[in-house]
Amino acid sequence: MAKKKKKGTPVFLQGNEACVDAALTAGCRFFAGYPITPSSEIAEGCARKLPLLGGAFIQMEDEIGSIAAIIGGSLAGAKAMTATSGPGFSLMQENLGFAYIAEVPIVVVSVMRGGPSTGLPTRLSQSDVMQSRFGPHGDYTAIVITPSSVQEVYDLTIHAFNCAESLHTPVILLLDEMLGHMREKIYIPDVDDIKIETRKYPTIPPDFFKPFAVTPNMVSEFVAYGEGYRYNVTGLTHDEEGFPTANPNEIKKMLRKLRKKIHLHRKDIILYDEEFMDDALYAVVSYGSAARAAASAVRKARSKGVRVGLIKLKTIWPFPGYRIHQIAKQVRGILVAELNMGQLIREVDRYAMGRCKVTGSFRYDGRALEPDEIYENLTELRSIKRR
Amino acid sequence: MELETISPYHGYLRMKKKFPTVWCAGCGIGAVMSAIIRAVHELGISKNNIVLVSGIGCSSRMPIYVDFNTLHTTHGRAIAFGTGIKMVRPDMKVIVVSGDGDGMAIGGNHFIHAARRNIDISMVLINNYIYGMTGGQVSPTTPLKSFAYTAPYGSIDPPFDAVKLASGAGASYVARSTNYHAVQTSKYIKRAIERKGFSMVEVISQCPVLYGRLNKFRSPVEMLKWQREHAVTMKKWDKMNEEERTGKFPIGEFIDDDSRAEYTDAYAEMSHKAREEVRNAKNA
Ligand code: SF4
Repeated sequence: MAKKKKKGTPVFLQGNEACVDAALTAGCRFFAGYPITPSSEIAEGCARKLPLLGGAFIQMEDEIGSIAAIIGGSLAGAKAMTATSGPGFSLMQENLGFAYIAEVPIVVVSVMRGGPSTGLPTRLSQSDVMQSRFGPHGDYTAIVITPSSVQEVYDLTIHAFNCAESLHTPVILLLDEMLGHMREKIYIPDVDDIKIETRKYPTIPPDFFKPFAVTPNMVSEFVAYGEGYRYNVTGLTHDEEGFPTANPNEIKKMLRKLRKKIHLHRKDIILYDEEFMDDALYAVVSYGSAARAAASAVRKARSKGVRVGLIKLKTIWPFPGYRIHQIAKQVRGILVAELNMGQLIREVDRYAMGRCKVTGSFRYDGRALEPDEIYENLTELRSIKRR
Repeated sequence: MELETISPYHGYLRMKKKFPTVWCAGCGIGAVMSAIIRAVHELGISKNNIVLVSGIGCSSRMPIYVDFNTLHTTHGRAIAFGTGIKMVRPDMKVIVVSGDGDGMAIGGNHFIHAARRNIDISMVLINNYIYGMTGGQVSPTTPLKSFAYTAPYGSIDPPFDAVKLASGAGASYVARSTNYHAVQTSKYIKRAIERKGFSMVEVISQCPVLYGRLNKFRSPVEMLKWQREHAVTMKKWDKMNEEERTGKFPIGEFIDDDSRAEYTDAYAEMSHKAREEVRNAKNA
């Protein structure tokens, strides 16, 4: 793949700092958070920069309050974000569910660390893959984004805000300890080159406004509190007007809306990069900082003549199942490289549908995957006889 | 005839949409709702400028019925949601309505921290000594030896005093009333909305269906009588000795203090200064 010429201003940034700068560029004007390693630099950056931009920052009494506050802030009209890590992300799950059902645009960053529980505060892990998809109870579809470099942290933080604001839904951005703390040179695009989405404001007068109206593309109109449209928002299953309902048809209508809204826009949401896939007989699927080692391993194998390609997922949920299914038809085996005991591999396996072998390269001791480990696992995969 | 012409207060209700309410006959929550509406009406604040936020519980159903900007959140978290709204729109009035379980058990942490920050939120705490929505369990304000379904032999949990809690945590306005004292209730809520900073008005309310029945009150009226007999004005309270005070509680305005900076004001001042400093540093 030919490298595109980098456009923009070069800067040297830490992953967490890049997240702050991109959020502010995307229009974030409210941050509420609670200190937790390894995400605290995001709160600190927002505390420093938001007051200068006329935005608001508050350190809440816990993570439950943090996500509650940004949901309130978002309903009051601000683009809003919080940042945390595993234990704090666990605490946020109930109110995250509220943001799904009430269709409130927010961005939640989890700088992942080892778990369960307090786990490994200063060590990396990709521990929130399943929590970010299935944390809150009930049916909804999550959008979860996984950058693998500081440049991608910048670009994908903007993507996260754009998805949240255009679809009126929470978006989760998963960083990890390594990505949050490492420094890389990145290019900040010119403002004119950045596409920034905003909410869809109503065109109809207050009397006819339905905050949760079912529309052809499933996105309702949004208006902030205080603009003369006095509507109700609830965490209860509600009708199009936002009032609680237990009517079976209304319940189905609402839940289908939440799911279809994401499904209809999946092509805009799902991002992934492919390398050497054209003639590949094997594929390595990876995401986040694990994908860095995966890329090195794939290049090493290529230099030795192995026909292997890389699929780097930048959106893990909704899962690009269709593409994985296609690849499973093309290749003999897929190796999934991730920093846990195997979370996303389940989804890869589900979409491979037995068409090829699926094995994993896992690391869960708080250390980064080494390219050589992945290379070895790839060699093992190639030596497995076909079923 | 339009309902608004019958009484001005009807204009504050979502009459056509959501009535009747979920509340039981004889419940005290409706009376607190009308006290809030009267207070807002007398203050002449536009409905567009008010956000009514609640958590979960019988009293937390109130936002559904009132024609403000309304937000019915998760259990105990109303103040935290309200804090976010206030930070983004300091010009709006945020009223939080909460029950004793919602506001003092699961939401106790947000309650004391909002008071500590002195953020301009008016909290109306409807205290009926029990969890109503979930069917009658013991709450952090259930009096000792009272009965609930999770205290079938009488409660051994010492109760919280919401007034002392709010005062100790730094609230700018703290008052207590009862549903028997309806005029005072709406007067205190009015003052709470006017007073910049965190304010808390506790309203002792009756839950005849659960607390009442479990504790041998024969009717809602009997519960209102109990409120009249056990609520003592502060003047009287100060003159009473420990023995006379047993089982009773003081009502009135305990704190009305404008000496502490309101949080969003302090934030605006801080951010103004920070911008100036940055500007000066650039020019230097
Ligand atoms: S259960 Fe009690 S508090 Fe709840 S609505 Fe009925 S009477 Fe009121």
